Amino acid sequence: MVISEPIRSEIDAEIAKFPKPRGALLRAMHLVQAEHGHVSTDCARELAEIFEMRPIEVMEVVSFYNMFFDKPQAKHHVYVCTNLPCSLRGARVLLAQLESHLGVQAPGDTADGRIHLGHEECLGACAYAPMMRIDDQYFEDLDVEKAKSILDSLGE
Amino acid sequence: MLQSPYVTSYLTEHFGNDEFTTLDGYERLGGYQAARKALTEMSPDDLIELVKASGLQGRGGAGFSMGMKWSFMPKEDDRPKYLVCNADESEPGSFKDRIMLERGAHQMLEGILIAAWATGAAATFIYIRGEYSFPADCVERAVAEAYEKGYFGANAMGTGFSHDVRVTRGAGAYICGEETGLLESLEGKKGQPRKKPPFPAQYGAFGMPTTVNNVETYSHVPHIINKGIDWFRAFGTDKSPGTTIFGVSGHVARPGLYELPLGTPLSEIVFEHAGGVPGGRKVKGVIPGGMSMPILPAGLLDVPMANEFLREQKTMLGTGGIMVMDETTCMVRVASIISYFFRDESCGQCTQCREGTGWMNKIVERIERGAGEQSDIDVLLDVAGKMEASTICAFADAAAWPIQGLLRHFSEDFIAHIGGRKCPFPESFEL
Repeated sequence: MVISEPIRSEIDAEIAKFPKPRGALLRAMHLVQAEHGHVSTDCARELAEIFEMRPIEVMEVVSFYNMFFDKPQAKHHVYVCTNLPCSLRGARVLLAQLESHLGVQAPGDTADGRIHLGHEECLGACAYAPMMRIDDQYFEDLDVEKAKSILDSLGE
Repeated sequence: MLQSPYVTSYLTEHFGNDEFTTLDGYERLGGYQAARKALTEMSPDDLIELVKASGLQGRGGAGFSMGMKWSFMPKEDDRPKYLVCNADESEPGSFKDRIMLERGAHQMLEGILIAAWATGAAATFIYIRGEYSFPADCVERAVAEAYEKGYFGANAMGTGFSHDVRVTRGAGAYICGEETGLLESLEGKKGQPRKKPPFPAQYGAFGMPTTVNNVETYSHVPHIINKGIDWFRAFGTDKSPGTTIFGVSGHVARPGLYELPLGTPLSEIVFEHAGGVPGGRKVKGVIPGGMSMPILPAGLLDVPMANEFLREQKTMLGTGGIMVMDETTCMVRVASIISYFFRDESCGQCTQCREGTGWMNKIVERIERGAGEQSDIDVLLDVAGKMEASTICAFADAAAWPIQGLLRHFSEDFIAHIGGRKCPFPESFEL
């Protein structure tokens, strides 16, 4: 088993809350990904058993959503919102500066594989632009220096 | 960071007060009285009639009457019925639901409880976009508090009525804001919209009769119960009553949220409330209601922000997300950013949308880099026209409308790129 016992019981508890088991699939994927960093083929196989689906159906769901990954990921995900409201307030300049600060072309990982830098579509922070999402957290009202120092202080 | 609205009214009055985010504090400020009144003194039919008569329109984009939606739920049907709260706010330029979730979760939950009683729903599924991690935490905490207090569950408020609330977190897909795409996602599938009919009221979440309403729409309901229809209709216009929370972004001095009556002139919001364009520059165009809604040029900003007036200008209120662009803005660049977004987010089911969004983006980008031909404008209009009203959901329309709007009001920018073979706005987006 690759999915741990505690996560497995959490998934079972979630399944009980929905009229059909599959209503808990997205939640289960979030839980699995929080534990493993991505939804591996092995995890997908186990999820398929739990939800009585075919593994390919599980992977179809994984690939449909931007926030699920089927491959190992960098430790931190940094996304600069480059949709229209953020772009009007300098998001593209910010992204370019962060690309050269980290030495990476977005979307891409730093050489040490620690940080993934990408752009994202609207994150609902339009008045507080430019902004970036790092993992689960929003950082808003940024300027280039502020954003760089946030990146520099990211934990290992 | 997310800030309380600069102008508040009944929905957001207490958003600056931390107390309002807890169940106890919310009740001290008058919360859950409307739900108690509805569940103990009002029949479901009376409630539906009341909400119909209030004229409350959905605040998620389409602007459909909430009371009408409730009345579509079948009465003679033994199947369990469900409600969905659409908290998948993803329309570019929109960020009002985020603050409703973070600062007003109990107000929304109270609206949900009232709607549940009115429609006889057994459960509500609150679907929150995956990126809204903190807002979802706030909602989950509020749901747990309300369960603990006995407001949800087997015996809601001690009335014998049973109602459960579940929170589902999405995982990053704009299309899941479309109500049937949302239903698919809720069921653990790819969020590809369903063919209609059957409509959700017949075949919705998990195949059961379902009504989908937006976060803000639910939040208006307790106020209508507490204070009555006349009070509610005193805000806004005859056809579009109540307030809404406008989100203003882009080139303005005070970007942020503003709760104002529907029908407030766009110019008042942009120039008086949001302080106009900084640096003495002029406005070039304003998108009035989220990125799907066609742009208005500077000369048309006196329009009142209500659908009956906006439609005359070939645009709509949408989500009330107002994006302001000053005179340095290249409208071809704007078209490029917009068309890229829709190309990226098309779910791929319908040919017109999957191919059309790609074509539009390719042509616009070609024009932007100075390689466009005069005929490209006609091709763009042709593709956009063929995408309208021809697909399973309104996404293709939402992709076509803003491009049509930009060509309607700013064709000179496109022509200048094609004729000059380069962008004539070097300063655009270099702020």
